[in-house]
Amino acid sequence: MEFFRAFHRDRSECSGARLNSRTRGSAAPALLLLISLIVFVGITVYLFATGYYAPPPPITPVGLQVDHQYALTLCATGAIFILAQLGLGFAVFRFRDRGKPARFIRGNTGLEIAWTLATAAVFLGLGVLGTKAWSATRFQPAAAGAIKVEVTEEQFVYYFRYPGADGKFGRLDPAMVSAPTGNPLGIDPNDPAGRDDIVVPTLTVPVNHPVELLIRSQDVIHNFFVRELRLQQDAVPGMVVPLHFTPDRIGRYNIMCTQLCGMGHYQMHSFMNVVSEAEYEKFLAQALKQ
Amino acid sequence: MSTSPHPVYTPPQAPSGFWRRYIFSTDHKVIGLQYYFLALAAVTVGMVLSLLMRYHLAWPRGYVPFVQSGIMRPEQYLALMTMHGTIMVFFVLTTAPLGAFGNYFLPIQIGAPDMAFPRLNMMSFWLTLVAFGCMLSAFAVQGGAPISGWTAYPPLSGLGSITGPGEGLGQTMWIVSIGIFCFASLLASINFISTTIEMRAPGMHLMRMPLTVWAWFVTAVMSLLAFGALLAALIMLILDRSAGTSFFIPYGLVVNGELQVGRSGGWPLLWEHLFWFFGHPEVYIAILPGMGITSHIISNFSRKPVFGYRAMAGTLCAIGFLGFLLWGHHMFVSGMNPYSSLAFSALTLSIGVPSAVKTFNWLGTMWGGKIHFDTPMLFSIGFVSFFVTGGLSGIFLAQPALDNMLHATYYVVAHFHLVMAVAAIFGIFSATYYWFPKMFGRMMNETLGKVHFWLTFVGAYCIFMPMHFVGLYGGIRRYSDFTGADYLAALQPLHVFMTIAAFATASAQLIFFYNFFKSLASGAKAPENPWRATTLEWAIASPPPLDNFAGNFPHVFRGPYEYSVPGAREDFSPQHLPPSDVAGAAEGAPSA
Repeated sequence: MEFFRAFHRDRSECSGARLNSRTRGSAAPALLLLISLIVFVGITVYLFATGYYAPPPPITPVGLQVDHQYALTLCATGAIFILAQLGLGFAVFRFRDRGKPARFIRGNTGLEIAWTLATAAVFLGLGVLGTKAWSATRFQPAAAGAIKVEVTEEQFVYYFRYPGADGKFGRLDPAMVSAPTGNPLGIDPNDPAGRDDIVVPTLTVPVNHPVELLIRSQDVIHNFFVRELRLQQDAVPGMVVPLHFTPDRIGRYNIMCTQLCGMGHYQMHSFMNVVSEAEYEKFLAQALKQ
Repeated sequence: MSTSPHPVYTPPQAPSGFWRRYIFSTDHKVIGLQYYFLALAAVTVGMVLSLLMRYHLAWPRGYVPFVQSGIMRPEQYLALMTMHGTIMVFFVLTTAPLGAFGNYFLPIQIGAPDMAFPRLNMMSFWLTLVAFGCMLSAFAVQGGAPISGWTAYPPLSGLGSITGPGEGLGQTMWIVSIGIFCFASLLASINFISTTIEMRAPGMHLMRMPLTVWAWFVTAVMSLLAFGALLAALIMLILDRSAGTSFFIPYGLVVNGELQVGRSGGWPLLWEHLFWFFGHPEVYIAILPGMGITSHIISNFSRKPVFGYRAMAGTLCAIGFLGFLLWGHHMFVSGMNPYSSLAFSALTLSIGVPSAVKTFNWLGTMWGGKIHFDTPMLFSIGFVSFFVTGGLSGIFLAQPALDNMLHATYYVVAHFHLVMAVAAIFGIFSATYYWFPKMFGRMMNETLGKVHFWLTFVGAYCIFMPMHFVGLYGGIRRYSDFTGADYLAALQPLHVFMTIAAFATASAQLIFFYNFFKSLASGAKAPENPWRATTLEWAIASPPPLDNFAGNFPHVFRGPYEYSVPGAREDFSPQHLPPSDVAGAAEGAPSA
């Protein structure tokens, strides 16, 4: 063994010239990698922290919960991002070839178990905290007395149907669908419940009042997305999916289709008008007259 | 090298005819190269498509070449997008890492003369080529290429041209092409699995396999399970389109004012479940070989054993297993039962754990090393950086509450491009620079390689980082332009920036192509072992003989990453050298 160690040392000295040339060659890329990773982390952290492209503030209590969960996740993953990228930059710079042999390490079981458990705790912890906002939108039913609006989507328009004074939606029959004759949803004229149904192309809801949408599609899969609600839901043909929220700010908000639905997908949008109680009554009265 | 296990062995001769030798070859090395060049052709097509899309997004009214009337119509944009995604996912990210490098190097790295089923191997390649031709011809048929995206959700994809241009024959060609591709992948995966299990050299225990072999093996098992599900779904979809069945079509659809008579009982979410049962494992099929290559190269160029070899092999298996249990995270807002979202969310966050462990272990491998910054190592370092950046945005998307605002926005586009596309492509580049000397017997130009790395590294971040902000602001993916809604106009400067970055980065790839073909023709002659590496492919001539080992089939004496072993004669102890030849190297399997 001694002999070989001596041999090894000798060889290192013999090949010293070659090693030195390698050593000189590795300082520049190491430094460049370190600097570029620092610059990259700096720019990324700055842009995410300043929130220049943050969406407008949410208009529901659940939206605030979503934003809170987003901020929490941003902090946790941001810390991991900074540590990992700068750790990578540090490792390549510090451990560039400087003429000394590498340390012979096969691993460190304790360390590996520790960082496995730590990441599991952080990631799953975030998941557990995030369930609150999800259950508020999807597990809890809409509050009693919520305004029901049926949303029907087709290539490439939205229809919003209000049940009218009787509070009941009329029966739908796909065979009676006929947009040219003014019955785009196929409301059955023989069903008295459908006679006072209101069908409009934009959504109008009163402020501070729970709303329940019943989302359906007539042809392909579409979506209902309002970024200020921090909510979206696919409209799947053959299904009626409920979605509820309580908007607390008057305004006009974009409704977007986010599910690829054909060539007009990029133009498939509508508006949600959140209005005062009085204006909402006015809207219903006007719509009924037409 | 030890003596052959066969007392009398005549190394086989390559067929002398050009066709049998280079075209219809059963040699895994030729087939590997065929896959590689197929992927190279496919990535060129895919990249040109993406540039046309990016150009259109930045300047929606600008003149576009190759397009009738010069202005791109929405359906043309969607056709480009569908074909870009499909070609990249199937014909590049599945073909290059597994089909090309797996085919070429898996048999050599385990000490085998060829794959277990050489003819099946040839058939897999030729079917894949037919599938590629079939896919490209979708551009030429009436109505053009399909517009339903690489996910092809029915009913959009299930009812024929009534749902939109490209949904006629174009979509059918797409389904047939991917069906053939599935079949080819199934054959290939059986081959990889059998080869790894049956054909390892004496002494090549599972725990002495290079991590590349582990990665290809797990990837092949995933392919076997995933592509079968996709093939079944595709058969149902094509029956829905052409035989009037209703697997995915519910009752009462009115498309374009026309009632779909005779359809009932189908469920669009069935397709989503089947597709993502394939689709999510597919992203790991694309990235796992890159992880194996990264581990391999970081160890080689840090002159250190892989930190926690057992953990690295274990996490590959864990990712492969968990990868099948979390497809539902693509469907949080699909109308699926919201309670199941919590299970899919927890499983998705769990897969972050083995992924993070891999990252820590890559840093651990570099820690205390003696790092050489040759081009393959630069690309592997880039892989780690992109994997971290792209992986962490997955922690947002894994939470259903956050998916409520991020689903189907550019945030998702940023996430999967960074982690699945850019990281995987960096894996392919580092494998190319690393194994080029072995495959072609010539060295690539280092200076050009480094310039290529830096331009691509900076360029890819410039393309994909701004997409996070577009997505957060509510910018929706798969929109052919952003004039449809008022607030999207605010994002236009970002789109212009990303487009300029995309063109610059794509131009930088010309350096790679020049370097590749120039080195192929006149690069410096490569020695057997230019990187002073330990695994079996470096024990043989460059390029390797027909049976890989010229009759001297190796015995394996130690693990794959014995670098800088104290007391050893060199700072690398090759797997095939008997203990007396490396003097003092620690024997046996590496411990975690």
